[in-house]
This record gives sequence, structure tokens and C-alpha cells, in this order.
Amino acid sequence: MTDTLPKWVDIALIPLVNVTLALIVSGIVVALIGENPFEALRILVNGAIGSAYGWGYTLYYMTNFVFTGLGVAVAFHARMFNIGGEGQAALGGLGVALCLLFIPWPHWSIALIAAIFGAALFGAAWAAIPAYLQAKRGSHIVITTIMFNFIASALMVYLLSRVLLVPGAGGSPETARFVEAVHLPNAATVLPFMGFPRSTPLNISFAVAILACFFVWWLIWRTRIGYEIRAFGHAAPAAIYAGIAPVRITMIAMLISGGLCGMMAINSVMGEAERLVIDPVQGAGFVGIAVALMGRSHPVGVALAALLFGMLYQGGAELEFEIPGISREMVIVIQALVILFTGALDNMVRGPLEKAFVARRKRPSKPEPTTPLEAGGHPERKQVEP
Amino acid sequence: MDLATIIQILDSAMRLATPLLLACLAGLFSERAGIFDIGLEGKMLAAAFLSASVAFATNSAWLGLCAGMAASLILATIHGVASITFRGNQLISGVAINFLASGLTVVIGEAWFGLGGRTPALAGPARFQEIDLPFADALQGIPVLGPIYHDLLSGHSVLVYMGLAAVPLTWWILFRTRFGLRLRAVGENPAAVDTAGVSVVGLRFAAVMICGLLCGLAGAHLATALGAGFVKEMSAGRGFIALAALIFAKWRPWYALGACLLFGLLEALGNRYQNIDIAGIDVPTQFMQALPYILTVVILAGFVGKAIPPRAGGEPYVKER
Repeated sequence: MTDTLPKWVDIALIPLVNVTLALIVSGIVVALIGENPFEALRILVNGAIGSAYGWGYTLYYMTNFVFTGLGVAVAFHARMFNIGGEGQAALGGLGVALCLLFIPWPHWSIALIAAIFGAALFGAAWAAIPAYLQAKRGSHIVITTIMFNFIASALMVYLLSRVLLVPGAGGSPETARFVEAVHLPNAATVLPFMGFPRSTPLNISFAVAILACFFVWWLIWRTRIGYEIRAFGHAAPAAIYAGIAPVRITMIAMLISGGLCGMMAINSVMGEAERLVIDPVQGAGFVGIAVALMGRSHPVGVALAALLFGMLYQGGAELEFEIPGISREMVIVIQALVILFTGALDNMVRGPLEKAFVARRKRPSKPEPTTPLEAGGHPERKQVEP
Repeated sequence: MDLATIIQILDSAMRLATPLLLACLAGLFSERAGIFDIGLEGKMLAAAFLSASVAFATNSAWLGLCAGMAASLILATIHGVASITFRGNQLISGVAINFLASGLTVVIGEAWFGLGGRTPALAGPARFQEIDLPFADALQGIPVLGPIYHDLLSGHSVLVYMGLAAVPLTWWILFRTRFGLRLRAVGENPAAVDTAGVSVVGLRFAAVMICGLLCGLAGAHLATALGAGFVKEMSAGRGFIALAALIFAKWRPWYALGACLLFGLLEALGNRYQNIDIAGIDVPTQFMQALPYILTVVILAGFVGKAIPPRAGGEPYVKER
């Protein structure tokens, strides 16, 4: 069915229409609670990108969402729905914390590489069990990853309140602060000429996130593994017939997915909090679902969608500050509507558009010579399908 | 541990199991008809919020219950339209519904009451009161059975008894009526039902709506019977525990009762003891909280009795043309 639509409609127009619908419904919600939606939108955009301070937070949130969005996207390519980003990222945080607390790193750059490995390893490990159960035992990955989110949350509370707790942390369960040497340089240090205030949490992890986008693009579209993942996702029986091992691909796709989600922790745990606190993920694992859906599982789309959600999260905080009548959770409503329209109600927009394009295509074209003008050419088709 | 303590724990387990049970049966109807529903949590939360708000405004728990069911039905309709009419991904739709409820309850609650997402505390007729079963006081003196009847079985809100009654009712509807047979068939082989001239869309919508009603009851129980008002995120993952119970029960009503009572008991134990000492090993409370999920994963893994979902579950039905 997707063949009936030009590519630009599929990758740009439909997501845009979906997001617009989500924003319109959000605006209606704002109007219903008695506030002005246009004023709210102005404050939101201004708060997110109106100042270097706003950008610092927007890009910080974006970094989180790029990682989790890419993670969910890789699983989507293998036609698996990884809802477990939340738990995988939390475990990634544990990986980062263990790595930085117990090994004396001389410099942040070496520590960063180690932390990336630690985060990816722990995130992947947390995805490994659901992946194995899906591959070998046929347990539905959605249910098992949901369960693993809850198990992860209980595990993290246990570890933080009983095992890794530092005495005298004021009662809140958290680890000791990481040593000064492994603090990541933030935007104010790296890009002094951009005018980011020191208080913004944007840090060098942003660059890692952008690299991760390139890595995922290369992996999915330029490597054999990526080809196998896509083939398996498009048509599992055909892929199996072609000799692609389903167990192997399921495992690999989920391990990469979990690893990417886990890597979110280098931004939030190593870059921002500089210690492991309760719930370092703050819902980013779930935002990753919206981001991957909106970005059509392509790194460029994921990055743009992550930027949009970064703006929403930062702008939403400003919104609550400026208009006390609108609480911060409005962002969750918008997120829900984006997921609903881009993910579940996709056919609502796609159906009419497909009909429109098919109708346009069926319109009788001008009389053409019936014999091909040149060998192998087909003038009619050439004209309609650019 | 004496009898009184055991009865207290079991009593609290009954109360805590009720929302799980109602949500679990809700999921049972939906999934038996081939519509996966991970939005149980969201529907419960929305129902809890609106039932508490309306109960506060009208000072009537019953009107609150109706409003809660209406809220849950609206979300169920969205799920039905997305996953049946537009053949969207049922899991994604469920995720969206959970977030929608989680966000809207706080946004609207803040706009209406300005209490940081809470509703004002409910008292008197705005809450479901405890009902004493007949002769509860008279029989209290009988050893063992007396306290069990008086303290454990009697003295719950009407919703607890509705939850218990829903189990045989669900069993009867699903396994002894024509509607139930068709509903189960539509979850296993919708094409066959369609061939027989019965509307797949109609049956699935009916199942999703029943699911909405039951989630409404579950949510109202949380806010107007178990608690005294709505608190932000008060469903606290119960929709997912209900989902776990559903798998644990392998999509069967009586087993669902058992699974929900077990998970309710785990919650009651976790609330009562910070850590439990079993055979010299200190079991942290977090382990008790995670146990329902761990058990579900084990069941799903198929090492202890395989859980096989309805065959057509999660797949939109496309009529052949």
C-alpha cells in the first residue's frame, strides 16, 4: 500500500499532518481549561529557543531523547516494539555510576569512553532477557519489556537505598558524587562564544548523540547486519528463507536497542546529575517511543523529533512558570497525542491521502505514442513516477 | 503471627486485589476479542480522577462512579477507533492512552481544584462506605469462622463485592452465552466469525466497551473506596499488574481471581512489612513489589506452564475483498 504514495508524502507530509493534528487537539485542551492556546504556544517556543539558556536545556533534553529514540527505532526496524527504554536507561545509569565510582579515571575523555561502554553494556544486558525470551520462547517482547521496567525500578530503588547509598546524603537515596576529574565539560566551557550560561546542563554528550545518529544510519543502511534487521522486520518468513537467523537478529536488534537506550545515562547521570539518583530517566524512555514514531525510525527524523520534544520539555517548564494555570503535565498530554496520531491513528490521515493520490494518478493522461520512444523506456511511467 | 494479624493482612489483600481484579477482567474481555490493551492503567487513572471530582462536586459516590465509567469509556472509544476502525497498532494506542490519562488528569485537576493534581479529600456519602454483611456481629463470637466472616468477608465497600461477583458473571458470559462464544471466536479466528455473518467490528467494539466499563469500576474503587480522593498517578502501575495477572491467569476468569488475590496479598504484605525474614534471608520490600512482574516473566517464558494468548490478538482484522 505504501507504494501508492510518493516518498515525500510518506516521510514528511504525513508526520507533519499528524503532529499538527496533535498540536491542534492540545490547543483545544488548553482552551478548555480556560487559557489562551496561542499565548501558551508563544511562551512555550520562546522559553525553549528564545534564549541561550532555553537552548541549553532544550538541547540537553534532546540529547536524552535522541538516544532513547534511536534505541526504539532500531527495534522498530526489526518490527519489535521496545517499551523497555525506561528500564534499560535506568540500568545504563547504574552502569555509568559503577564505572565512575569504583575506577579512578585520570581524565574525563577516557572516563567518557568507559562510561559509554558501561551504559551500553548494562542497557543491553537489561534488554537481553526479554530479547532472549522473545527469540527462543516466543514471549511477547512488549509485555516482557514493560515488566522489566517495573523490575528495574524496584531494583534501582533497592540498590540506591540499601547498597550504593552514601551516608549523610540527606536521606534521599543517591550515590556519592563522581570525582571532579570525570565531570563532563558543559556547553559553557566547550562553546564559550555561544553564550550558554554555566547553569544549563547541555554537555559534550550532545556530540555523542549526534555521532550515535550517524552510527545508526550507517548500521541500518550500510551494513550487512542492518540489512538483515530490515529484511527481518519487513518480512520475517522471507528473511528466514533467505538464511537470516531469526534468533540472532532478534537478539542483535534488541541488544543494540537496549544499548542505545542505556547510553542516555551518560547525558543525564554523568553529564548532568554527576551522581546516580532515583529515577535518572524521568520518562525519557517513553518519549523515545514518540520520537521514533514521529521520526519514522530514521536517524534524521529521530533527531528532529527529539529536538521538538526537547523544546516541549523545556518550553513546558517555562509555561508552568509563566501561566500557573497550565501545569507541566501538559507536555505529557502533547506527547500522548503525538503518539496517538503518528502511531495509532496513522491510517486516519494516510487513508484519505492515498485515495487522493490514487485518484490523481488514475486521471487520464494526454495521448502518448503507445510504442516506447527508446528501448527499455516507458514514457508514461517515467512521467508519473519521478 | 496470630489469626487476627493474618485476617488483617488478608482483609487488606482483598481491598487491594479488587482494582486489580476489575482491571484484569476488563483486559480479559478485550484480549479475548483480539484487542490487546495495555491502556488499562490509563483508563483506571482517568476513571479515578473523574469519579473523585464528580463525587466531590455532587457529594455522591454513585454519581462519581458513573462519571468515572464515562471517562474510561471515552478512552476505550479512542482505543477502539484507533485499533479497530483505523487498524492502528493496538500497543501504541494503549501507550498513548496511558500518557493521555496521566497528563490530562493532572492538567485538568490543577485547573479545576488547584491542588497540584489532587482532588479535595472526600468524606461521607462522597465515598463508598463499608457494608456489613447480615449477621456479621451476631456470628463474631464463633471461634475462627466468626472473625473470618466478620473481619475478612464483611465490611468491604460495594465495589469489592461487585468485583467478586464479576468473576462468575464473566465466566458465564464468555463460556455459556452465544455472545461469549462469538467474542472468543473473534479473538481466535475473526475470518470465521465474519464468514458466519457476524460483525467482527461490532463484537470487538462491544468487548472494548465492556473493558472500559470494568476499568471505570476499578478506577472508582481506587479513588472513592480505597482512597479518599484522587492523587496524581494514583493507579501506580496497577493496570500493568492487572495485565500481568491476566497473563498469569492465562486469560481465564477464575484463574484471574486467584492471580489478583495473590498479587493483592503481595502488595498487602509489602505495605505491612518493610522487609521480611524468610528462613534467615532478608527479603527487601522492593523484591515483593517486583515479584508480580518477575512471576509474569517466568510464566511468559513458558518454563512453568505456557501462557498462550488468543491467536488473533493484536492483529487488526482486514476483510477480504
